[in-house]
Amino acid sequence: MLEIDHVSSGYGDVRVLHRVALSVEEGEIVSIVGANGAGKTTLIRTIMGTLPATAGEVRFRGERLSGLPPHAVARRGMAQVMEGRRLFPHMSVEENLLVGGDILRDPARSRRLLDWVYGMFPRLRERRRQLARSFSGGEQQMLAIGRALMTAPRLLLLDEPSIGLAPVVVKEIFARIPDINAEGVTILLVEQDVRRSLKLSARGYVIEQGRVVLNGTSAELLANDGLKAAYLGQ
Amino acid sequence: MRQDRLIGCAAAAVLAVLPLVFDNPYTLSVVILTLLYAYLALSWNIIGGIAGQLSLGHAAYFGIGGYTSTYLFLTYGLSPWLGMLAGAVLASAAAALIGLPCFRLRGAYFALATLAAAVILRVIVENSHELLGGPRGMEVRLLHDAPWYFQHTRKEFYYAVVVALVAVALFANYAVLRSRFGYYLTAIRNDEEAALALGVNARRCKLQAAVLSAALTAVGGTFYAQYVLFISPDKVFGGHLSVQIAVICIIGGRGTLWGPALGALLLLPAEEVARFVTGGAPGAAMMLYGLLLMVVIRFEPRGLIALARRATGCRAAPRAGVEVA
Repeated sequence: MLEIDHVSSGYGDVRVLHRVALSVEEGEIVSIVGANGAGKTTLIRTIMGTLPATAGEVRFRGERLSGLPPHAVARRGMAQVMEGRRLFPHMSVEENLLVGGDILRDPARSRRLLDWVYGMFPRLRERRRQLARSFSGGEQQMLAIGRALMTAPRLLLLDEPSIGLAPVVVKEIFARIPDINAEGVTILLVEQDVRRSLKLSARGYVIEQGRVVLNGTSAELLANDGLKAAYLGQ
Repeated sequence: MRQDRLIGCAAAAVLAVLPLVFDNPYTLSVVILTLLYAYLALSWNIIGGIAGQLSLGHAAYFGIGGYTSTYLFLTYGLSPWLGMLAGAVLASAAAALIGLPCFRLRGAYFALATLAAAVILRVIVENSHELLGGPRGMEVRLLHDAPWYFQHTRKEFYYAVVVALVAVALFANYAVLRSRFGYYLTAIRNDEEAALALGVNARRCKLQAAVLSAALTAVGGTFYAQYVLFISPDKVFGGHLSVQIAVICIIGGRGTLWGPALGALLLLPAEEVARFVTGGAPGAAMMLYGLLLMVVIRFEPRGLIALARRATGCRAAPRAGVEVA
C-alpha cells in the first residue's frame, strides 16, 4: 500500500534521511521506532509531502506522490496525526472534527464518521461544544486522532501519540489503535516507546540517524540483543 | 448568531437616525469617514483577521479602486458606478498576482512583502505623469448633483452609500464566518500545516480570501475618490493607509464580525479629537494609533470586542477572536 523507495530528505543543507526504504501492506500495523532525532518525524513529513524528498520516491496505492502538496496527499486517503497534536485552538471539538470531515463534502457520510469517532472516544462527544485548547493532553490526543479519522483514511500515520502523556492515558489511547485497524485502516505508528509500539504491531523498522538499521517482525525485534540494549534497558 | 442579528438591527436603527442628529456638514463628514474605515477594516478582516494573514499593503487595492474609476470617468466618461466594478476586478487580479508568490511566506515576511507590493504600485503611479497625473494626482470632474455618476452636493447621498457598503461588508464577513470556507480559513489561521494534513488546500483558500478582500477594498477606493473628488498617490496608495486599516481591525478584534466596525467607531472620532487638541500637529493620529495598539495588545490581544463581550457577559463564539502572534 505504501512504499518508501530509498528516500532521502532534509532541511536546507542538512540531510536527515538517507535512502530510507520501507513498505506497509494493506491492513497492517507497522511500527517505526527510534530515539529522539533519528528522523522519524522527518520521515512522516516527507511521506505526507510537507517536506520534499531530495531522492527516491514515495508510492501510495500504486501512485507516485512525489511533488504532490500535502492536501492532495490527504485527499488520496492518507491521514496524519501530527506530533504535538496541533489542534485548532479557536475551534470547538466538533468544529475541529468537521474540518477533517469536510474534505468528503458529503454531510451524511461526515455524520456517520462523526458517530464512529464519538463511539471510539465518548469523551469527545460529551465535550463537543468546548474549545479544544481547554482539553487535557490525553483528550487533545484523542481529538487529534479523531480529526484524522474524519477524513476516512486508508492509511493513518501516527506520529508519537504517547508524547507528553501519563502512562494510564497512553494505555487508553493505544488500546484504541487495534480497534481502528480492525475497521480497515492501515496504520504506520511512529514511536519512541519501543516496547509498547512493537507489542501492538506485527512488523517494525528501527531508525537510527536517518537510516533503517534493523527490520523484521515485532517478535524478532523485541528479541534482538542490540535493540534490547539500546532501547529496552536490558 | 441571534445576538448578531440583534446588534445588527440596533446598528441599523442608529444609522437611520444619525444624519438627523448630526446635521452639520463637519460632523456628518466625520461620521462618513468613520463608516468608510469601518468598511475597509471589515474588508481587511477577511484575509487579515479570519484567515490570519497580516496584510500591510491594502492601500494598493484601495488605490487601484480609486484610480480605475477616476481614470475611466475622465477618459471615457464611464460612470464611476461601473468604474467601481472595473476597479474591483483589477484589484482582484492584483491580489492574485501579489498573493501567488507572497503566500509562500509566513508571518512577518508575508506582511513585509505585501507592504513592498503597495510601495511599488505607488511609485509606478507617481511616475505615470501622462496617464494618471503623477504625484499631483487626479481631480474628478465636477458634475454637482449627478447620482448616476456617483456625485452629489449633499453629504447625505454619500452617507447612504457608505451605510450600504458597510452592510455589504458585514454580510460578506458573516457569510464567510458561517461557511465551510470560513472553517478552512480559521483552520489555516490556527495551524496551516495541520490544515494541509487534513486535505485543506490552504493556498487556494488564502488566495480566494485575498481576492474577496481586495475587491471590497477597491470599492472603498472608488467611494473615496467620488467623495473627496480628488485622489493622489500619497493619499490612496500610502503606507499610512495600509497600516491604519490593519490597526483598526486589530484593535477592534481580528477575525470577529463586529470587531472591525467597533475599532473604526472608536478610533476615527478619537483621531479627530486628537487633531483638534494638538492643533493639527502632524503625526498625532499615528501616535494615537501606536499607543492604543500597544495597550490593546498588552491587555487584550483579542481586541476591544473581547473586552465588550466580557463586560456584557456575552460568551464569545468559539471561532471569534484571535491572538496576535
